[in-house]
Amino acid sequence: MQSILRTKSARIGATVAAMVLLVAIVLYLGDAKGFGAVQYVQLVLDGIRGGSIYALIALGFVVVFNVTGIINFAQGGFVMSGAMLAVAFNNLALPLPPALKLALAVVFGVVGTTIVGALMERLTIFPARHSHTLTLIIITVGVYIFMQGMALLIWGANAYSLPAFSSLALEDQILRSGGIMLKAQSLWIWATLAVVLVALYFFFERTLLGKALRACAINRRAAELMGINPSRMSLLSFAMAAALGAIGGVVLSPATRPIYDMGLKLGLKGFIAAIMGGMVSSPGAVVGGILLGVLENVAAGVTRAGFKDIFAFVILILILLFRPQGIIGGGERGVEQ
Amino acid sequence: MQREGWRRHQISIGIGVFAIVIFLLGWLEMAQPMGFEFSDVTGGIVSFDTLVRVGLLTIVVVGLNMLMGHAGQISLGQAGFYAIGAYVSAIMTTRAANRGINVLFPGVIREEWWWWPWLMILAGMVITGGIAYLIGRPVLRLKGHYLAMGTLGVGLIIFVLFREGGTFTGASDGVGSVPRLCIGSFEMWPRERYYFLVWAVALAVMWLSLNIVNSRVGRGLRAIEGSELAAQTMGVDIEKFKLQVFVLSTVYASIAGSLYAHYQTLVNPTPFGFVGSLDLVIMAALGGLASIWGAPFGVGIVYVIKEVLRARLQTLLRGAGGEHEIVIFGLLLVLIMIFMPQGLSYAAGKAFGWLRNLSRREGKTEIDRLTEKAT
Amino acid sequence: MILADIGGDVAENTILEVEDLKKAFGGLLALDDLSFDVKGGEIFSIIGPNGAGKTTIFNLISGVLPTTSGEIRFQGKAINGLKPHVIAGLGLSRTFQNLQVFNNMSVLENVMVGRHLQSAYGLISASLRLPAGQREEREIAERAMEHLAFVGLDSVAATSASSLPFGKQRTLEIARAMATEPKLLMLDEPGAGLNRPEKEALDDLVRRIRDRGVTVVLVEHDMVFVMGIAERIIVLDYGEKIAEGTPDEVQRDPKVIAAYLGDEELHLI
Repeated sequence: MQSILRTKSARIGATVAAMVLLVAIVLYLGDAKGFGAVQYVQLVLDGIRGGSIYALIALGFVVVFNVTGIINFAQGGFVMSGAMLAVAFNNLALPLPPALKLALAVVFGVVGTTIVGALMERLTIFPARHSHTLTLIIITVGVYIFMQGMALLIWGANAYSLPAFSSLALEDQILRSGGIMLKAQSLWIWATLAVVLVALYFFFERTLLGKALRACAINRRAAELMGINPSRMSLLSFAMAAALGAIGGVVLSPATRPIYDMGLKLGLKGFIAAIMGGMVSSPGAVVGGILLGVLENVAAGVTRAGFKDIFAFVILILILLFRPQGIIGGGERGVEQ
Repeated sequence: MQREGWRRHQISIGIGVFAIVIFLLGWLEMAQPMGFEFSDVTGGIVSFDTLVRVGLLTIVVVGLNMLMGHAGQISLGQAGFYAIGAYVSAIMTTRAANRGINVLFPGVIREEWWWWPWLMILAGMVITGGIAYLIGRPVLRLKGHYLAMGTLGVGLIIFVLFREGGTFTGASDGVGSVPRLCIGSFEMWPRERYYFLVWAVALAVMWLSLNIVNSRVGRGLRAIEGSELAAQTMGVDIEKFKLQVFVLSTVYASIAGSLYAHYQTLVNPTPFGFVGSLDLVIMAALGGLASIWGAPFGVGIVYVIKEVLRARLQTLLRGAGGEHEIVIFGLLLVLIMIFMPQGLSYAAGKAFGWLRNLSRREGKTEIDRLTEKAT
Repeated sequence: MILADIGGDVAENTILEVEDLKKAFGGLLALDDLSFDVKGGEIFSIIGPNGAGKTTIFNLISGVLPTTSGEIRFQGKAINGLKPHVIAGLGLSRTFQNLQVFNNMSVLENVMVGRHLQSAYGLISASLRLPAGQREEREIAERAMEHLAFVGLDSVAATSASSLPFGKQRTLEIARAMATEPKLLMLDEPGAGLNRPEKEALDDLVRRIRDRGVTVVLVEHDMVFVMGIAERIIVLDYGEKIAEGTPDEVQRDPKVIAAYLGDEELHLI
């Protein structure tokens, strides 16, 4: 197959044809279910919401991979940890106004998880830093299992809840317009994503630490020779990834009830989004995340809800096979390690 | 590698010894001299049922050992292929009227066709191998983390497909009323008989795999691990080798899955998800990723830990999903991969070698040491 | 002296033809319209300053890297675009500049991998220990030992390959490549890192290999070594051929001198 698509124009042509075909299939299936424009818009909007979370998680993967070359399978655990810690704090009986308590819970969730991320790096990655790729993969998998197990032990198998951020101030949580519903929490999610992106931009472009981190990603040896300590950078990257994951988890919690095993699927989908972005590109990760969210939601909407996860993995396999450098490109490191 | 004298049959002898142990355990359970029961010995922690399950998963893990330890490929979706074997057997042999084959062709399969389930085991192998071949060609070109994700995705897709399969696959409830295996009128039941069947297959699979590892094929795999570049230019067709080992490992998983179906008589999607694949990887890692001899021990230890934890933790915790032991597993996995990536069998091998050295004047020859590493 | 059987319908005795070979890495043109022929049974050498593209040529010929354009013909048959293991099967073998010894195996096993193409038994025969496979395995080991003896490493056959000193590891690679019974052997900087006596041994080995009928193509940096052993040489600079001929002709070529030293006369030997 790859030989037929050798010329760039052939590839572009094939991609366009495939996209047109997909849209046609979606419309056909949606028609059978009696979908009108409203339903499609709703699916897309909900998809963007989910996709924003994937984007946040994907950023965590990208940061760690860029600096250490490791794919951190425990990233989903950070998401879960952020959510659960926030819930735990919020459920404490403290003499505080609920809005303040919620804000502190959010902070607690993020900061607590950042510490967890740093601990993970020091205790499990650092001692094995010279090991084989396979070993490191299994280690991060082990860490994830451990985190999920701890969550199960501490909080049991129940689903918890965090109040929607706006619910403490506003009565009506849902904005409606012409049949389309938008939860207020979605606005919080998008706003958070935007703020995070801006903050990351400033960090990487304008601060010395951020530049040091980037230097490490580009050429570890050279960075070392310039006096940058790669092991500290590794620690920093894991802490950042943990923070990013936790932010995603916390801002997602009001919309989907936090539970001990929520990290698995979210982590996987965040990873898929990161791959879609080429694994080395932050804007790519964001685009990938949102695109993934929309695609899987629309696909599940026109077929069956239970199939939602399949679409994410089908997308994964398709990307790995046909465009491992990501949709944006720039991830040549991707497949040929 | 060719060794002289009795060493040439080292593998067969080892398997033979193993077989004797297995046989003795089974005989003890069957004959129950002095009312002896296996579960009594272990204080109710490990039952005979566990031994059968260890045998089943050993078959899968041996394949995983070959794939991960010798061909250097990762599979985080092996449970999916285990599932295919189990479901093919279950769907095609079930007696439940509203499930499986009976949904499409009611009454076609006769109960007196004792050979039918065996044929379906074979069919499962072919189907699984075929799917693995198709998926394997593109997926195996990936490397490292990407291969891990690819196999994970494949495993999960298989899992979801079975879960959403309607009455054909029984959806979340699964397919029940799977008949027992028989040869003519000789039923592979009660449990002790099935135990012998399962372990006969497990030992055969181990024997075959050990032979492969010590042959030109195994050497080719080790060459690929040593240097893909050099292996290629020495004429080793890397893609073909990786694919062959991958397909073989899935066929093993399929056999085990089919045997599982006829043991459990009910097949539902639960054990075949990501956690299932993870369990398998942990078992392989514990026993030593490259060690086929270590496979049954890796499986066995994981089971023992699970049972022990289940017995002890039950009293401590107020009813949750029963997956608490995964905390220990996570910890165990991390610790092993940091400190002892070659797993327990390597440590055991070293200890054994040290003991052997005590009784020899000059210790082992170089060839001995090297060929031990190879197995 | 037994010459290897050379087929092909091209100019008699030409075993390898490279025609207008071009290789670009993104914007960097590593090789630019390179053409040369290698005659059967000769010791041919490619030299040139660092970065001239020498190893890239080997990578292209052995199929490890794809060509950007141009053709490579081995015994008259076009081989660019073929997979490395297929090219190896046609009789082309090589060693590597940065050692690619199988560190996870013994010395003997390394060479036994070289016998891969000369053996055939597969999964079924291996798993069931069929007698045919067992016989082949014995043969593989025996032949491999012969090749080890040829290079003088038979005494260390059972040691781990990674425990050999550097010079002997280089020799091991040669033994392994020879075990494939190639018609053409490409040696990539075989002398790099060797001391004087080792280089003399290498010189002797290359001659013995040629005497067995194997054509040798040598990429080298050490001028003294090359001038002493090569029968024909081409000189590369920035991916282009700037000179071709016998050692004497090449030494006196002003373009070669300029490329290496910048207008000073080249004093070799």
